[in-house]
Amino acid sequence: MNAVWAHLPILIVLVPLFGALLAGFARRADPAFAIALVVSWVIPFCAGAMLWQVLASGPISYHLGSWAPPWGIEYRVDALNAFVLMLVSMIGAVTMPFARRSVGFEIEEGQRPWFYCMYLLCLTGLLGIAVTGDAFNAFVFLEISSLSTYVLIALGRDRRALLAAFQYLIMGTIGATFYVVGVGLLYLMTGSLNMVDIAARLGPAWADNSRTIIAALAFVTVGVSLKLALFPLHVWLPNAYSYAPSWATAFLSATATKVAIYLLVRFLFSIFGVAIDLRALPVAAIIIGLSLAAMYIASLIAVFQSSLSRMLAYSSVAQIGYITLGIGFVNLAGLTGGLVHIVNHALMKAALFLAVGAVFFRARTVQLDDLAGIGRKMPITMTAFTVACFGLIGTPGTSGFISKWYLALGAIERGWWLVVFLIVGSSLIALIYVGRVLEIAWLREPSAAVAEARDPPLSMLAPLVLLAAATIYFGFDTEWTAGIASTTAKGLLGGLR
Amino acid sequence: MSLDLILRVGTKLVLPFILLFALYVQFHGDYGPGGGFQAGVIVASVIILLSITFGLDAAHRIAPQPLVERMIPLGVLIYAGTGVAGLILGKNYLDYSVLSHDAVHGHELGVFLVEAGVLVTVAGTMTALFYAFAERGR
Amino acid sequence: MQTLGIILDHYSYVITIFLMMSGLYIVAARGNMVKKLVGLSIFQTSVYLLYIEPAKILGGTAPILDPAFSVYSNPLPHVLILTAIVVGVATLALGLALAVRINEAYGTIEEDEIFERDRET
Repeated sequence: MNAVWAHLPILIVLVPLFGALLAGFARRADPAFAIALVVSWVIPFCAGAMLWQVLASGPISYHLGSWAPPWGIEYRVDALNAFVLMLVSMIGAVTMPFARRSVGFEIEEGQRPWFYCMYLLCLTGLLGIAVTGDAFNAFVFLEISSLSTYVLIALGRDRRALLAAFQYLIMGTIGATFYVVGVGLLYLMTGSLNMVDIAARLGPAWADNSRTIIAALAFVTVGVSLKLALFPLHVWLPNAYSYAPSWATAFLSATATKVAIYLLVRFLFSIFGVAIDLRALPVAAIIIGLSLAAMYIASLIAVFQSSLSRMLAYSSVAQIGYITLGIGFVNLAGLTGGLVHIVNHALMKAALFLAVGAVFFRARTVQLDDLAGIGRKMPITMTAFTVACFGLIGTPGTSGFISKWYLALGAIERGWWLVVFLIVGSSLIALIYVGRVLEIAWLREPSAAVAEARDPPLSMLAPLVLLAAATIYFGFDTEWTAGIASTTAKGLLGGLR
Repeated sequence: MSLDLILRVGTKLVLPFILLFALYVQFHGDYGPGGGFQAGVIVASVIILLSITFGLDAAHRIAPQPLVERMIPLGVLIYAGTGVAGLILGKNYLDYSVLSHDAVHGHELGVFLVEAGVLVTVAGTMTALFYAFAERGR
Repeated sequence: MQTLGIILDHYSYVITIFLMMSGLYIVAARGNMVKKLVGLSIFQTSVYLLYIEPAKILGGTAPILDPAFSVYSNPLPHVLILTAIVVGVATLALGLALAVRINEAYGTIEEDEIFERDRET
């Protein structure tokens, strides 16, 4: 048992990797699904054990091939990593049962095993980014997750999914390449790829040549922002989320962008922030400006969408704006708000996209005009959907309120009252687009398109209800979300120069 | 049929030597330029040359699609399995020093196995890529 | 004259930046998907150069331990870029595969024509 305990950081990457290989061998849908399910249910235990270990006794360091860092690759888990690992693995575990019927409905028989194989590879990549302490290793995992994501999107039901995947491939590769350029410049300046080591060597290098380091910061920030869909770099996201298979959208919206946000936080606070005074550079101001633009412009675009999944995709861009806003504040309440919204938004969006998947499963359409009265036909699904919608708006009693509360506190702490009003004001736009859907779903007479619809089977309903329940639960008990986020934020800010 | 006689006979003559050269590149990787990547591509080029001269069906008889598709995960499995062997024998993942009686031989054996895995995966991937594009529009 | 000297001293960086910008321009300016992928590859290649160029040390030999030599080239960037090349090949292959599928589904790989066809339906 002790032996397993010590190897948890590598096991959390190896288990999904071996799962993907076995799914590749299986070549039939049912065994591949069984493998994916087992893997998804095992890794939360790995992540949980590491989180517990980190909170009890500080960061875990694991040396690959027993090569000591900074020469070898080090997997380093602190509170922030463990938090993200826990989130990604939990989302995988909770949503996985939904996949069997949804994938069975939307994807051709022959492609199903490859779908699960790609999901497991994507999971490997995402967990790898979160666990590694090596900047270049993070790039490799970033590309593993990205390449499998392109395939997941391309397996969508519409031919436009192919186009969406292609566009994302172009944008995603540019983003990843920008990231490598940034890492390359950092390597030239410090001679190291280990994140902790780079941070330690960056201070002296900064005194020597600050221009290259600013260029590195810009490249990394822009590259990662492309992957996390920060406002003007979000153009790949709406198409990708609208045309990907429903379950893949739910999983990716809850994890892929969140892991990219983790990478941004890691670089800003654990690497650059340690050596450079972040507040002296305009990076935080730019992030805040773009976040506010995301919150308003993307929300406004969401109001005018005719497809439910597309509306939620634009809402994702807006909600990512909240997260990056909190990061841009560079203070305790703001960063706590940003980190806690990573979890809260992941739970809500997973619930919302699963509900969309369930609606498509029964009604075979996600066009808003066709969905009149769907609430009366699929009451449990749409109740869960409604709860998650309230979370999006930030109604008190849901987890969304907690996030916005901390964000507002962060803005007040900086003395930016205008931003406080903007945060509250953007919720009103969310109210408009959410209200429009809820009105169509609940208050109208059922249309012909949804006449046959009813709630989906338990395997699809249970994940949905669980996620919606979590949205309410984390609106009251904040120890596991805001508590850990606040500890993490304190640690990150404490290391800042 | 008779027009490409030289091509067909020439290909048949040259194929075993290409394979042999792939093995040379594979095992020479310990002492000079070479290794699994390059050898894997050379192995795949055998299949590609075969299908260009004799047609895709002939290539499928030697390297059927299911085999090629299984080679991709198999190679990664060999690589990752070598890493796990170090883990099971009580050291960290990818620590080869425990694979043999002393660290130097352990590393030699570990890298040998890893390169074998790379060979299998690269050969499989290259062939699968070729098949995937060649079969379109047939 | 001094500027010219700086450019000549850093000519490898100039080439890197030129390749990088050419690649990005092709990706942005061309509507043909295969051309876009070509641009993307050029863009990625510039990064290989960015890593490899500083790794060559004047007078250094191949990094194999030998008592006869004391100056070696830095092997690490080569290893990193070998990985990046493999990633680039995988991306290119996937991109081309998608282009083939798009051609089958739409009958064209010109972006504006595809948008037009989507608007029609």
